Amino acid sequence: MGAAHSASEEVRELVGKTGFSSDQIEQLHRRFKQLSGDQPTIRKENFNNVPDLELNPIRSKIVRAFFDNRNLRKGSSGLADEINFEDFLTIMSYFRPIDTTMDEEQVQLCRKEKLRFLFHMYDSDSDGRITLEEYRNVVEELLSGNPHIEKESARSIADGAMMEAASVCVGQMEPDQVYEGITFDDFLKPGDRLRECCKCQPCTSHTSRGTSHAHRIQPFFDVWLPRAKELIWQGIDIETKMHVRFLNMETIALCH
Amino acid sequence: MSGRGAAGPGRGLLLALLPALCALPRVRGVEEGPGSAHGHSQGFQVVTFEWLHVQDPYIIALWILVASLAKIGFHLSHKVTSVVPESALLIVLGLVLGGIVWAADHIASFTLTPTVFFFYLLPPIVLDAGYFMPNRLFFGNLGTILLYAVVGTVWNAATTGLSLYGVFLSGLMGDLNVGLLDFLLFGSLIAAVDPVAVLAVFEEVHVNEVLFIIVFGESLLNDAVTVVLYNVFESFVTLGGDKVTGVDCVKGIVSFFVVSLGGTLVGVAFAFLLSLVTRFTKHVRIIEPGFVFVISYLSYLTSEMLSLSAILAITFCGICCQKYVKANISEQSATTVRYTMKMLASGAETIIFMFLGISAVNPLIWKWNTAFVLLTLVFISVYRAVGVVLQTWVLNRYRMVQLEIIDQVVMSYGGLRGAVAFALVVLLDERKVKERDLFVSTTIIVVFFTVIFQGLTIKPLVQWLKVKRSEHREPKLNEKLHGRAFDHILSAIEDISGQIGHNYLRDKWSNFDRKFLSKILMRQSAQKSRDRILNVFHELNLKDAISYVAEGERRGSLAFIRSPSTDNMVNVDFSTPRPSTVEASVSYLLRENVSAVCLDMQSLEQRRRSIRDTEDMVTHHTLQQYLYKPRQEYKHLYSRHELTPNEDEKQDKEIFHRTMRKRLESFKSAKLGINPNKKAAKLYKRERAQKRRNSSIPNGKLPLESPMNNFTIKEKDLELSDPEEAPDYGAEVGGGIEFLANITQDTTATDSPSGDTGSDVPLTGRSSPPAAEKPPIPARSPRPRARSPAPPADAPPAGAPPADAPPAGAPPTAPPDREPGAGPERRGLPGAHARSAAARRVHSRRSFQRPRARRRPALLKLASLQPSCHAPPHALEQEETPL
Repeated sequence: MGAAHSASEEVRELVGKTGFSSDQIEQLHRRFKQLSGDQPTIRKENFNNVPDLELNPIRSKIVRAFFDNRNLRKGSSGLADEINFEDFLTIMSYFRPIDTTMDEEQVQLCRKEKLRFLFHMYDSDSDGRITLEEYRNVVEELLSGNPHIEKESARSIADGAMMEAASVCVGQMEPDQVYEGITFDDFLKPGDRLRECCKCQPCTSHTSRGTSHAHRIQPFFDVWLPRAKELIWQGIDIETKMHVRFLNMETIALCH
Repeated sequence: MSGRGAAGPGRGLLLALLPALCALPRVRGVEEGPGSAHGHSQGFQVVTFEWLHVQDPYIIALWILVASLAKIGFHLSHKVTSVVPESALLIVLGLVLGGIVWAADHIASFTLTPTVFFFYLLPPIVLDAGYFMPNRLFFGNLGTILLYAVVGTVWNAATTGLSLYGVFLSGLMGDLNVGLLDFLLFGSLIAAVDPVAVLAVFEEVHVNEVLFIIVFGESLLNDAVTVVLYNVFESFVTLGGDKVTGVDCVKGIVSFFVVSLGGTLVGVAFAFLLSLVTRFTKHVRIIEPGFVFVISYLSYLTSEMLSLSAILAITFCGICCQKYVKANISEQSATTVRYTMKMLASGAETIIFMFLGISAVNPLIWKWNTAFVLLTLVFISVYRAVGVVLQTWVLNRYRMVQLEIIDQVVMSYGGLRGAVAFALVVLLDERKVKERDLFVSTTIIVVFFTVIFQGLTIKPLVQWLKVKRSEHREPKLNEKLHGRAFDHILSAIEDISGQIGHNYLRDKWSNFDRKFLSKILMRQSAQKSRDRILNVFHELNLKDAISYVAEGERRGSLAFIRSPSTDNMVNVDFSTPRPSTVEASVSYLLRENVSAVCLDMQSLEQRRRSIRDTEDMVTHHTLQQYLYKPRQEYKHLYSRHELTPNEDEKQDKEIFHRTMRKRLESFKSAKLGINPNKKAAKLYKRERAQKRRNSSIPNGKLPLESPMNNFTIKEKDLELSDPEEAPDYGAEVGGGIEFLANITQDTTATDSPSGDTGSDVPLTGRSSPPAAEKPPIPARSPRPRARSPAPPADAPPAGAPPADAPPAGAPPTAPPDREPGAGPERRGLPGAHARSAAARRVHSRRSFQRPRARRRPALLKLASLQPSCHAPPHALEQEETPL
């Protein structure tokens, strides 16, 4: 990053793009340089330097997600070889907490983006569908942390989950309808419904907003509630699940 | 007082009991006199009345009985218990009972003594809370909880004490013999939110988990603060106000850390011990649950002995050991622990509230001071609210999930005081605290007010504010999986960005746990099955299996479970001849028919009943032989140390594996259209073709598949052929009715080898009509009808062009050659179509989890070259082509 003035300009630009505060950006930039070894870009190998990451069972998937063009908003498929700081920030910004000042629509958009990240991680061949194979793959990795679970069980768990997804997303299936995989719409749909439900049962984090809608939406309550029980996302509070609190201060986690 | 109405039937019992209870001591007095006087002269007595001997345990047991009976009484009226919390009812009941006892005896003979409360009643409740604590939620909100528990309690104590003192100085309370320290002492004991009361009320309110855990966690963890504040101020009062130095204050603060951390450490240490012990209890299963209680109780007593926070100790003992203990002990022991713990806790809670009521009926302890009482009530409510708002304001800057105004209202309002405060205030020494009686009465009023008034109103308040409620949901596999994925992603992001956050810590802890702790504290076998996801999966599978069987039972036939198909691993070998199967299955089909059309109900009914009997036998047989064995009666051999080794576990496992495989199988082949193994797919195809060719060979197995299967096959045949299109609805409808009647007749002759063409042709000819019943199923009706081949009336199946279904060409063209057993099948087939839409829905709901005899339907094709093909053609194509 060149001269001082251009750096600050750059930071300002990044603030606008990613929504991080300039302190956070500085902090992350330090981390970025630490990871890359003072290079302008990071390659996959650089992530090997993070010792804590090694124990993560879905490590490869996560690292891959950093280079995924879809996540970088650079294309519909494929992987980048290396990413610069801006890309790094883009990925990180998926995990920014939802701003309290955002309105309903933005919050929803924000959610969607976060879910898309997860979806892309599952959908490794970028065909817009999480097929059984892909799902199995993820589940196997997820469960690989436990040495006692055999591959076979992992597979059947994935199968079970897929069936569940099929029954939730498609509902009552035609006798021989084939469920090819979870599309992003399927993936999102429950989330959408969840939002609707949230208007009736305000989410903890948006209660005030929720209640304001509650009266208006009340008639739909009966319609949504029974369905709400069938959602994939039901139990997952996205607010708590998809956010990392980025600190402004120096932290101690190091890499070698 | 509303509780009295509810107690209706219970009340009678109580009233009957009470006089006896009260009379007993007096009877004893009367009895004893003569007894002792004449005891020697009478020599050996055959029967003696030894009331004194059993008095104490007897009275305790009676009280417990009374309290439990009262609970039954309350719940006789659902209306009352849904409005009034049980704790309030119990207090009122206690007041009434206390009044009766007082009226009879004029002595307050039964009160809640601190010893009984702290040693026997409180531990089970707190242990229960700790042992069933949702750990993740608890530790996720630990910061918030700690802030409320520590800062909040200190704030409450200080402000309440100081404000009361201020008002006292203004002279509003009149003349009281108290100083600042007494007020602070009172403030400290009245400040703490009570875990028992909070649990009792909030469990009925069902607010969302986060809110619950914050209020409840606070009430548990503030114990340390309460104990320290109480001890500090008590010793200060003993010392006398002027002798307190700064050093003492510092000591007080130090003692807070010692008491809280020490209590926690004691709890953790005992949890470790407990987990370790349960690892080796394999051969003493019977006393396994005992360890849980004894060791946790020891943790409580130990920390009490060291004057540390006993509540913290037993809470953390429960929290820390739960994971390992639940994994280590056997299923039965776990159930025992669960029920015993709940029973003890619930019983203790009942007794506490009832005795709170009874203790209040004692004129000796009452000393009224309106200003003091009212102001205390006002101050504790106001300062609680202020404290909550202030702390939440601070917290919300750091919390990911913000606490909204509504949450704050509920949190302030949920600050219930209870038996802990009462027990502490009773503990005060009258010589040191001159106005002890006033404090006691005020505490009772506060407790009653919060438990009864706030307990009563919190439910409507929660409803009115539309607080997010907790809801019980079925566990979802996807949810767990995604949740797990999120966890890993978040901790990875924290790793990568170099943050040390919540996720980072949790991740590190779980790694540590997996690597070391679990290895030490868990049995080898338990380590395997402890994965949450696996558990959910297991649970779902079991549920599936159960509902699968239950559905069969509901329909009155387990036949579909027995359906013999090659791709169905669940099934056992059915080669053993079982004569009644045929009939049973026919009845099954018949019944399905009936449910669909309901034409000849009565005549069918008769028939059905007789069939059912035989079918029940088959069902029974099957259950005995192949399926889940009903729990075996334990042998009559009595052994104190052992229960007969249970087969349940093995069965569970077996069922688990079966269902797993079943799900896998049916899933692969059916819904996903994925045939991971090309070779297998080919094999499958070939096999299928083979079957089709052989389909004319009847094997006595009946068509029991869901209608979809039948459609499928027929559809396929249709695809291959190119049928003319000539719908004839009128004829179809007419035929439908006729057909049904036909079936009824035919079933009587089911087993007879009715291979003659004469009866066959008309039957198959008429079997088309069920198609007419299709219209109720909208999705399918239009297309199939258009595709229906020849007008049914004029074209018996044999008339269909042989090219119709190449693989199965032989059978239809040569109907007379059919072997005897074919009859029922053909007849059965149309019946399957005639099922009601409802039946189909039931079927299709989870159909992909059911063993679907996919290949078998080929058999049915004999009679299936009919207009009854309704499945959308694409379905078949997809099924046929492995992706």
